[in-house]
Amino acid sequence: MAVEMLAYIDRPSPIHRLTGATKLICFILWSTAAMLTYDTRVLLFLFAAGIAIFIASKVKIQEIAFVLIFILAFLLLNNIAIYLFSPQEGVKIYGTSHVLFEIFGRYNVTSEQLFYQFNITIKYFTIIPAALLFIVTTNPSEFAASLNRIGVNYRISYAVALALRYIPDIQRDYRNIAITQQARGIDMSSKEKIGKRIKNMASIIIPLILSSLDRIEVISNAMELRGFGKNKKRSWYSARPFKRIDYIALILFGIVFILSLIITYYDGSRFYNPFGA
Amino acid sequence: MKKPVIQFEHFNFKYRTQVDPTLHDINLTIYEGEKVLIVGPSGSGKSTIGHCLNGLIPFSYKGEITGSLKIMGQETKDLDIFSLSKMAGTVLQDPDGQFIGLTVAEDIAFALENDVKNQDEMFSIVKEVSTMVDIDGHLQSSLHQLSGGQKQRVSLAGVMVDDVDILLFDEPLANLDPATGKHAIHLIDRIQKETNTTVVIIEHRLEDVLECQVDRIVVVDKGRIVADLTPNELLASSILEECNIREPLYVKAAKYAGSDVTAESKPSHIDTFTIDRDKLHTWFEATNPPERKKKAEPILELESIHFSYLPGREIIHNVSFSIEKGEMVSIAGKNGAGKSTLASLICGFVKPNSGRILFNSKDITNDTIKERAERIGLVMQNPNQMISKHMIFDEVALGLVLRGVSETEIKERVEKTLRICGLFPFRNWPISALSFGQKKRVTIASILVLEPDLIILDEPTAGQDFKHYTEIMEFLTELNEQGITILMITHDMHLMLEYTPRAIVIAGGKKIADDTSANILTDSVVIEKANLKETSLFDLAVKAGIKEPREFVGRFIAFDKEVRTSWQ
Amino acid sequence: MGKNLAIKTIVAIGIGAAVFVILGRFASIPTVVVPNTNFNTNYAFLALMAVVFGPIAGGLIGLIGHALLDSIMWGSIWWSWVVVSALVGFFIGFAAKRINIESGEFGKKQIISFNITQAIVQIIGWGLIAPTLDILIYAEPANKVWTQGIVAGLLNIVTVAILGTILLAAYAKTRVKSGSLKAE
Ligand SMILES: Nc1ncnc2c1ncn2[C@@H]1O[C@H](COP(=O)(O)OP(=O)(O)OP(=O)(O)O)[C@@H](O)[C@H]1O
Ligand SMILES: Nc1ncnc2c1ncn2[C@@H]1O[C@H](COP(=O)(O)OP(=O)(O)OP(=O)(O)O)[C@@H](O)[C@H]1O
Ligand SMILES: [Mg+2]
Ligand SMILES: [Mg+2]
Repeated sequence: MAVEMLAYIDRPSPIHRLTGATKLICFILWSTAAMLTYDTRVLLFLFAAGIAIFIASKVKIQEIAFVLIFILAFLLLNNIAIYLFSPQEGVKIYGTSHVLFEIFGRYNVTSEQLFYQFNITIKYFTIIPAALLFIVTTNPSEFAASLNRIGVNYRISYAVALALRYIPDIQRDYRNIAITQQARGIDMSSKEKIGKRIKNMASIIIPLILSSLDRIEVISNAMELRGFGKNKKRSWYSARPFKRIDYIALILFGIVFILSLIITYYDGSRFYNPFGA
Repeated sequence: MKKPVIQFEHFNFKYRTQVDPTLHDINLTIYEGEKVLIVGPSGSGKSTIGHCLNGLIPFSYKGEITGSLKIMGQETKDLDIFSLSKMAGTVLQDPDGQFIGLTVAEDIAFALENDVKNQDEMFSIVKEVSTMVDIDGHLQSSLHQLSGGQKQRVSLAGVMVDDVDILLFDEPLANLDPATGKHAIHLIDRIQKETNTTVVIIEHRLEDVLECQVDRIVVVDKGRIVADLTPNELLASSILEECNIREPLYVKAAKYAGSDVTAESKPSHIDTFTIDRDKLHTWFEATNPPERKKKAEPILELESIHFSYLPGREIIHNVSFSIEKGEMVSIAGKNGAGKSTLASLICGFVKPNSGRILFNSKDITNDTIKERAERIGLVMQNPNQMISKHMIFDEVALGLVLRGVSETEIKERVEKTLRICGLFPFRNWPISALSFGQKKRVTIASILVLEPDLIILDEPTAGQDFKHYTEIMEFLTELNEQGITILMITHDMHLMLEYTPRAIVIAGGKKIADDTSANILTDSVVIEKANLKETSLFDLAVKAGIKEPREFVGRFIAFDKEVRTSWQ
Repeated sequence: MGKNLAIKTIVAIGIGAAVFVILGRFASIPTVVVPNTNFNTNYAFLALMAVVFGPIAGGLIGLIGHALLDSIMWGSIWWSWVVVSALVGFFIGFAAKRINIESGEFGKKQIISFNITQAIVQIIGWGLIAPTLDILIYAEPANKVWTQGIVAGLLNIVTVAILGTILLAAYAKTRVKSGSLKAE
């Protein structure tokens, strides 16, 4: 019934033990490296390392399966789109053309295109486990404290904490409003015509938004009553101190980051070219 | 001489958007260590007084103030909201606005974090305070996993960490089951005694608050203070009746029996109350027993319903019952027992894992929400979840508009319903300018106006004053006499006895009793298991040595209804 | 930045981001034709928040909301588009002063002003900045990302023009004028 979303999964593992700040920095390093590089060797290494870290986190595949399916479907569509829009992109990048077979016009299948699309796909696969892990192993309360620690203003850190805190509440509101609107006589099922459905959508969205605006009022009152913002700083109940494991993780990720950049740009191009032109 | 903590002098307040002031010439002094109860009809300005104390007025709600309000000797106009929040801790009326933190521990620590306390200190304070309110077993739970009673404790702990001088509770008992409500009142009492704070409680459930001793009761009506007396003096007077506030039932019964209720007879608690046994006996003999209704065919049947929100955690276990056409039935039970969930199941908001629901002997298990809504109307527990329009009239008219009713008929029906719910004077107002109890009435009106065959009301009288309570309930009875079936979820034991001959009790997702309300409320096993409470009438009858206390309760109710209908 | 943010602005950013996520998750209709493009009702909401609470709130709701939405839905963050969401929220917020929605007035003049702003901001954001970043970061084919950007931009402009205008009008109606309520 309820649509699933990724959320924190509490479990004793080395990955969970890292502070949110460490994980955030590592995650940023990791995804920057993965975004910049197109070097297949680096990507494959990051991919393998990502899988290893994933296993270390003791998070089960079933727990995130629904997101994975989503992502795989997206990657498939994206690959098709890339091919439809630009079947010769690989040839352009690698400078050679090894045709495997023709379809019609410029739509043929080349090793270069396949390799290029393989790279794009593997790139997503290197970013995804890291991001998934970051989300499911970081306690949202500690996350705000971490943001504050790495220099983000505490008020903005708290805004992030509020967002995390209220996503489930707003989701419940959304469902409730949809339900009560139907109970008053609006048909939301797919029997209705598209124009009508958009109008019905508005009859949920508008109350949701107006009630959220009321909620902003109520919550800022409550925060005010309990003294939020009276000092230049604030402390965090769920903050965690840096431990040795955090320093080790930061150093390791720093090394991987630098190495991957060196290897990628060593020959002056982001792309690793196996076609040896 | 005691030190004054709160001093209102010729204090007036007008909300920015209003034409007329909400508070008129308030003069009130509350001293250190006192425990004061504020009562008054819905919309009379109780929460507004509370907001003046904690600084939301004038810092968040804009308006005009004249006169003076001093807290701890300082004029509030010259302070800022932070220094006020150091002095007065508030537990707000609206449950949605209370919690900020993600987990229980964080929420309790919120004020400490803002004071930049270091972590070790926070841990120890949170530990200490949470033990005090008995929530230390749930520190890591997230807030929506708690039952109503537990939430109440967390909000209490959240204001206690701050060492405030004044604790302000706005309707702490609404939505709590009777046993938990009693527990909460004792908790507040204990905290006050241990810390010598000044406590101000705003509450409709007068009898429940009087469970523990209160120094003074302040009665507010239409924005003015009409009485400021000790409980004994107030109960001996006729002020409560004049302001349409429900007196404790045992006091009412004694008054009906013709006893002289004086301050000396100590009416503030049933245990101290000296009663006139003979008068009660005579009255009992002279009063007629209530009549009974006859049987009809079933309108709603639940057959072995099982349900879980999350796989593996079943909330409803094998519940079956049948409601007859034209019946008026209560569903009662502990906080978190699954009552609201049952209502959602009946209305199709959630689907049972197994089992069938029949309406007029037709299986509706697979009907859509909309199809069911044509015959079944539900007033939800939390009014915020139902309101979707900005203006009161539009909100009540919404269902009729969607059903394509003509404009003139809509106007007529909506206005009639608004009158019944006491909202007619406000029909052109935005809902945001209403008090909490008034908002709840808007949602009741929006369902009543549709006149469905079966109406389910989830806590219809929570936060309502006696006048509106009576009006709404009498209207429901009227509808019921026309053949509309009514199902009510309630924590109000007296409501259950008074209006619903039959009651179903849910505990831990199971049906544990299905009997006449009178029988249920004398069954100590059921009472214990489902956190219910015997009414004080029963205790009164026992105290007076009446042989059939159950019968006494029944006769009181019949008599009381008679008296009240003759008022109107 | 942020030092003097009012509590209300902070809460608006937090709750706003949460609503942005929920609308994006449940109330957007995929166009099917071009992958990763939707009728995004959440941009209408973003525009409303930017107009009500100003550029900083708008920018941060876009940034935090979109980053959270991406991570909760996809498990990874599409930075190129997140940046654009932030920019869109930020720049629409500049129309706030001119529209002054708190006055409760939202007539023809304000509607035109709002829609011109949002159209310009979005076409630059989605049609220009997002594809450029996509090419730089992901090295995806240029014609594909341009098409995606322009389609997404147009869809968002249409959604904001219709739903955003409705929302602002509804919000303006909720602003009650001083001394206007009297029990009749
Ligand atoms: N935010 C507001 N803006 C304008 N008027 C308001 C506002 N809040 C309350 N009022 C007005 O003040 C009156 C008193 O409201 P208040 O909330 O103090 O009532 P209350 O005694 O606490 O009632 P209840 O028992 O229903 O909670 C209401 O009838 C309403 O007209
Ligand atoms: N949406 C939900 N998801 C998961 N669990 C829920 C949800 N709603 C309620 N529950 C759980 O189901 C149980 C029954 O809840 P329900 O709201 O039916 O209780 P109730 O009997 O109405 O209590 P109260 O008297 O406090 O209103 C509770 O333990 C609650 O935590
Ligand atoms: Mg109130
Ligand atoms: Mg309930």
